[in-house]
Amino acid sequence: MTTTVQDQDRQERAANATIERSAAYYRLKADVEDFYYHEADLLDDRRFRDWLELLTEDVSYFMPIRRNVKFGQQAARENTKRGEGISWFDEDKWTLTKRVEQILTGVHFAEEPLSRITHMVSNVQIGGARPDIGTARELDVTSRFLVYQNRVEYETYIFVGRRNDTLRLTDAGWKIARREILLEQNILLAKNLTTFF
Amino acid sequence: MPLRNDLDQLVDVKGGFISREIFVDADIYRQELDKVFTRAWLLVGHESLVPNPGDFYTSRMGEESVILCRDKKSEIHVFLNSCRHRGMKVCRYEQGNASLFTCPYHSWTYTTDGKLQGVPLHRTLYDGVLDREANSLVSVAKLCNYKGSIWATWDKDAPDFLTYLGDAKIHLDQALDCRDGREGGSEVIGVHKWVFPANWKFAAENFLGDTYHNPSHRSVDLIGIGPSAAAGKKGRRDDELEKAEHVWISFPAGHGVHSAIQPEANEYTESFLDNPILEKYFRHCFEERKRRLGEGARLLPFVGTIFPNTSYHGRQPRGLCAWHPHSPTSTEGWRFFLVDKDAPKEAKEYLRRYYMRYSGPAGMTEQDDMENWLYATAASTGTVARRYPFNYQQSMGAYVTDHPLGGDVSKQVTEQIARGFYRRWTTYMQGGDWHELLGSPAGKRQAAE
Repeated sequence: MTTTVQDQDRQERAANATIERSAAYYRLKADVEDFYYHEADLLDDRRFRDWLELLTEDVSYFMPIRRNVKFGQQAARENTKRGEGISWFDEDKWTLTKRVEQILTGVHFAEEPLSRITHMVSNVQIGGARPDIGTARELDVTSRFLVYQNRVEYETYIFVGRRNDTLRLTDAGWKIARREILLEQNILLAKNLTTFF
Repeated sequence: MPLRNDLDQLVDVKGGFISREIFVDADIYRQELDKVFTRAWLLVGHESLVPNPGDFYTSRMGEESVILCRDKKSEIHVFLNSCRHRGMKVCRYEQGNASLFTCPYHSWTYTTDGKLQGVPLHRTLYDGVLDREANSLVSVAKLCNYKGSIWATWDKDAPDFLTYLGDAKIHLDQALDCRDGREGGSEVIGVHKWVFPANWKFAAENFLGDTYHNPSHRSVDLIGIGPSAAAGKKGRRDDELEKAEHVWISFPAGHGVHSAIQPEANEYTESFLDNPILEKYFRHCFEERKRRLGEGARLLPFVGTIFPNTSYHGRQPRGLCAWHPHSPTSTEGWRFFLVDKDAPKEAKEYLRRYYMRYSGPAGMTEQDDMENWLYATAASTGTVARRYPFNYQQSMGAYVTDHPLGGDVSKQVTEQIARGFYRRWTTYMQGGDWHELLGSPAGKRQAAE
């Protein structure tokens, strides 16, 4: 388990390597953007069960807590780590499914009545393609998100940050195999995180 | 500002009515910071956050930033995080290791035991005037490392922490002691910090044995998220207390708990069915605890609040919360998640995942709490709403005062604990002495000790 996490972290760093901006790159990028827009539609249309279908069975969904650390320690200590201690989310598909089931009970009062939510996705870049850009079955993709939530009457929250994804091509199209959500906040400035990112 | 008499009218414990003013009024809030939060013992952190000399962890007491720090000699301190010169925070990192705290403003430096060390151009500008000793970082008046949890008070006249806890001690112990009954031995595996728009007392009261709010967690109970949920059990935790006699206790110093007493046979209730390794481990802990504590092992915790703003979850999940006031209608919640330091890796791994899905702003259970606290606070700010006090008449008089556990013990869900909490809150607000604050006018239990 530990080895896997470390391997994946190495992959993440490798994802920063620049891929040549070829026609194949831009075709693939357009596919990925389309995928993200579809994902945002599913979430904002509250089609949560359909959204779960976009996640691989072995998905890892992670949102670290961001901490104020001394200069030079950012890489090592700024974010809580996947697979250890406490983060905002460090989840598998079982837990994410539970979250969806909870909303669908109709008595999850933190989402009843449902919030109005819009997901914006931008700055999409492919950082890694395996086996290669022409025949990619797995991609490392970075993006930015802006999530607007309005709840009941006056409650409004804006969540802004970055996502580092690994997408996997399946018979049903691209799926999210791994997601890291970097919310640009230290102390969470929202009473709840009831939405998916 | 409300006068003594006004406060007695706002908090009518006998009649069971408490004014909404105390949850929304700005003057009352300012007074709370002065009269409650500078006197009561407050949770600051945990020794596992500062394991080595020079380690620090920035925390809060009331609205103010403090530094929890282990000095070069390994002694733990708590200081106000504010330079004695112009007040700049001398530490803006959450956690780390330092040999000195250097103020970014004019570069005054302080050692890890709080002493003012460096003052730029000292000889030219301050020679013969500046008394370094008198300009140390402001230290708390008293500090206690209780089984690893760090508590402090600004009041030099405050009683020692154990006296302050009184009979609530053995209940808090249930959160701090090892699962197999050994004393202490916990560590913090992470901290949640978030801000929610509600008065801090809603959170404190929620953990004061307000078991009555259970229906608000219906969604999570329907789907099941506990340690046996994957094995098909509903609910948000294993029902370890299904055969137990539940007790709700109001302690004279304002603390309150919901605990439970297992039947004499005290048999293990199947739990952690999702994972055979954990099932075996927690069964072992249960038997070991029984062997160690004997009769005492029959007491199991649920939740509690140590006056004024520290709450705990004793079993599933397990942690300490500090409800830091931000404004009359805003609170910063901190939750320190606890595990046994020497628990097997599998147990720690499982528990951290369970804690995350249960607790805090991303937790499936507590999201619904936050929703309640927010809208209860917001709906109490209205001019008309404020004319109508909250009803606190639940289970009036339904308690005994001669139970071996001490305090007012109720066998049914009760707001006696909340009434006790606000009675003591009033004593603080009226500037009571420590004899009154401990709630021992007859000196009964005190004398017995």
